[in-house]
Amino acid sequence: MTDTSATLVQGTLDMLILKTLALEPLHGWGISQRIQQLSHGVFEVNPGSLFPAFRRLERSGLLECEWKTSENNRRAKYYSLTKAGRQKLKSETKEWERQVAAIARILQTAS
Amino acid sequence: MWANLWGGIRGLFGKRKVEQELDDELRDFLDKSIADKLRTGMTREEAHRAARLEMGGVEVVKENVRSASWETHIETLWSDLRFGARLLRFNKVFAGAAILSLALGIGANTAIFQLLDAVRMRTLPVKNPQELASVRIDERHGFSGSSSGRYSDLTYAMWEQIRAQQQAFSSIFSWSPTEFNISASGEVHDVQALWVSGEFFEALGVEPALGRLLTPADDHLGCGSPGVVISYSFWQREYAGDRSVVGRTISVNRHPFQIIGVDAAGFYGVEMGRYFDIAAPLCAEPIVDGAEYAMLPRRDSWWLATMGRLKPGWNTERASVQLRTISTGIFEAVLPPEFNHEQAKRFLTYRLGAFPAGTGVSSLREDYENPLWLLLALAALVLVIASANLANLLLARASAREREMGMRMAVGASRSRLIRQLLAESLLLAAIGATLGTLLAHSLSQLLVASLNTQNNPLFVDLGTDWRMLGFTIALTVSTCILFGLAPALRATSISPSIVLKESGRGTTEGGSRFGLRRILVVSQIALSLTLLVGALLFARSLGKLAAVDAGFQREGILLTDIDFTPLNLPAERRISFAKELLDRIQAIPGVDSAATASTIPLSGNMEIHDILPGVSGSASENSPSAFDRVSPGFFRTLQTPLIAGRDFDEHDVAGSPLVAIVNETFARKIVKSGNPVGALLRVRRMSKISGPYQIVGLVKDTKYSDLREDPLEIIYTPNAQNDRPGTDEQILVRSRLPLASLISDIKSMANDVNPDMDVSFDVYHRMIEEGLLRDRLMARLSGFFGVLAVLLAVIGLYGVISYMVARRRNEIGIRMSLGADRRSIIALVLRESLLLLSIGLALGVALALGASRAAASMLFGLKPHDATTLITATVILAAIALAASYVPALRASKLDPMAALRNE
Repeated sequence: MTDTSATLVQGTLDMLILKTLALEPLHGWGISQRIQQLSHGVFEVNPGSLFPAFRRLERSGLLECEWKTSENNRRAKYYSLTKAGRQKLKSETKEWERQVAAIARILQTAS
Repeated sequence: MWANLWGGIRGLFGKRKVEQELDDELRDFLDKSIADKLRTGMTREEAHRAARLEMGGVEVVKENVRSASWETHIETLWSDLRFGARLLRFNKVFAGAAILSLALGIGANTAIFQLLDAVRMRTLPVKNPQELASVRIDERHGFSGSSSGRYSDLTYAMWEQIRAQQQAFSSIFSWSPTEFNISASGEVHDVQALWVSGEFFEALGVEPALGRLLTPADDHLGCGSPGVVISYSFWQREYAGDRSVVGRTISVNRHPFQIIGVDAAGFYGVEMGRYFDIAAPLCAEPIVDGAEYAMLPRRDSWWLATMGRLKPGWNTERASVQLRTISTGIFEAVLPPEFNHEQAKRFLTYRLGAFPAGTGVSSLREDYENPLWLLLALAALVLVIASANLANLLLARASAREREMGMRMAVGASRSRLIRQLLAESLLLAAIGATLGTLLAHSLSQLLVASLNTQNNPLFVDLGTDWRMLGFTIALTVSTCILFGLAPALRATSISPSIVLKESGRGTTEGGSRFGLRRILVVSQIALSLTLLVGALLFARSLGKLAAVDAGFQREGILLTDIDFTPLNLPAERRISFAKELLDRIQAIPGVDSAATASTIPLSGNMEIHDILPGVSGSASENSPSAFDRVSPGFFRTLQTPLIAGRDFDEHDVAGSPLVAIVNETFARKIVKSGNPVGALLRVRRMSKISGPYQIVGLVKDTKYSDLREDPLEIIYTPNAQNDRPGTDEQILVRSRLPLASLISDIKSMANDVNPDMDVSFDVYHRMIEEGLLRDRLMARLSGFFGVLAVLLAVIGLYGVISYMVARRRNEIGIRMSLGADRRSIIALVLRESLLLLSIGLALGVALALGASRAAASMLFGLKPHDATTLITATVILAAIALAASYVPALRASKLDPMAALRNE
């Protein structure tokens, strides 16, 4: 991660990856770019944590992968969500919203 | 879950492909990153550089990805193990010694644990064994009457009352172990048997393999000749599994019984360590034993053990409370009428209780549980010493590998990774040792059981492996591995890479704490091995003392002959003359020096005790108990017990002539209170019946009566010919110089001439007495074995450390020599080091031995656990061996060529 980018809250990377893949299957580079774009450059994900996360999610049965030929005629590994992945994303999102709302309430009362 | 498993397996077996895919994926990412950066206007070179920087080390990323998968850990372990195996192959001597000592240590521990597991921890192989409880008299100190079998808890009358009045058990049964002679004629063929009440099989939930099992309907008083059940193993052994066995007849003590069924395989009764061949209902006991000897009708005959299955919601405490409340009524109802006042008073204080019996009952357990725990502790100490040796060797190797470790840490290996690798090597050693040890354990435990198995005490111990055994071995292996592997691994990696790499070769002297750990190990080895040696010597000396005990008679050269003429149905008045005829015929055999009968053979474990009333009249309250024996003339000559005063019995001491008795020294001192009791008069009280007066005609030397360990007992002997209730079974002691085989065949043919229907059996007297020392011999042998092993290992450890020290100090020694030190002072230098270690170790060992040997106190005979002679002997032996072992490297040091030692860098 570069200096300008924010550090990801522990455990949220998995959720962001799942969210990015909710629309369409993507390869590793695509996922990292998508996260960067969607966060308006706040989050920059480095490969050192991205690829282990892929392996982890794949092993948990949340992602599946497929080798496709990409735009520049190279073999690229495309990840997509499994059924379990979609469910996980839904529950994670709900949980996240609940927590954020709770934290926001705490911060408001404190000020 | 499946994805994880499948992915992992794919990772393990399709490793190349998975790695290739990871490579491709990362390259693709990099390419895209570069392409992206080119678009922002960077030059090709800049883009490459930036992309690589962003990515970090490709290898690091790969490593991170790999560590997100479980199969990687297996892979690392596997490669560590392979690396360890390679190192061990290079170091065959080291590996061989390590594996051998581990195998011995783990094998000995496992074998002893296996026995403990089998006799102590395992529950009975029956339905819900935890519900079983045994019923017996709580704290019954002494009893009056006669007892038979290993579990003579209750009489038949008590059993009937308990069965009728108890409320705690859903089912309750009684049993008694015995032996049956199944040969219909001729030579005796004894098999293991059980008397069981009709509820036995049902209550235990045992199913028949064939036919049917006994039920309460089979067991009713006056049942005549009911059916019997044979065990599965007996069916296989004796009938080769013939299915037509049901309905056949089997002879039990020459009475025909019908076989009604075979029990399920794997059931061996409720006694751990034993088995049975035939089970017969209690009601048949009077038929088999004969009206004269029947135990069932007699209220003073103790022969039964009772067990029950607790009702749901009941435990042994609650059951005990209920049993206590019915106790008074029961004991009043079953009071033996022949008891005298004092006996009755004690009898009526008895209270019943319930005790957990899920693991069955076991006399084997009672006799051997404590010795086995002690042996397990000894074996564990041996394993600790062996582990210390290994740790020592590994430490030595660790210092040899310091540079390798330093190098690897310098290029980035983490310390935990290196420790893991070193531990994997230890684990490999421990695992190989454990595998060999387990194989060894199996033969060892079988050997142990075989050494406890005797003709008079046939054992059956199920030595199967169960989870407890497996768990024990694994725990033992892992803790051993950590014990010897962890310290060296920590040591080897606790170095700063820069220091190691800078250091060239060895220093001039050895100063570091690195060597201190090895010294501590050797000191503790010496201390522990001294403890084991003290234990071994204690048991050996105890056995020696037991074997050398003056029993008061000469046990060698005597053949015990038992002639049972019950089948002849002789009337009581003819038995004495018949017995005399048998004895005369044996004495007439050429080569027989003397022969005599005795109602109680000394040291056979049997006893008969009656009250002695001094004088010809007077109150019965003034009495003292004495051991009793009815013997024939020549008894003392046969045993070679010296007659001190008076005379032996002779052919004039018969029924009708004045009653006479011979007493021993203790009897004279304590009861007659006279140095020469000859001429004194006394009476004998059996139960409530008083007989006499007897006149003492002789005084003999004290002899042991029922146990070699006992203090001298009062013994009174009366002539067999004056017995008013002669039996139909004679035990004859035959002293002869004839070879055993020919003596036995002579007696057999004599008995055959008299009447072929008699049962004759033999036992060599001194062998029978030695069987009583089985436990002591076992302890002496095993602790001796462990002691020798421990000393050997400790001495090897000391030798290793001293040699290592000499090697490390070559430079110093070379300098000393070139400065004029002579060989003697070099030897002294080295020996001083070993003396220091030795004396600290011995001092600690003495303290340890003093504390530990107390555990053996109850198993020792004739010496205290803190016996000074033993302690000193052990210390001297160990010190001598240890000094001899360190003299070798000392001598080697003194022969160093100073120039070579200095030049060698």
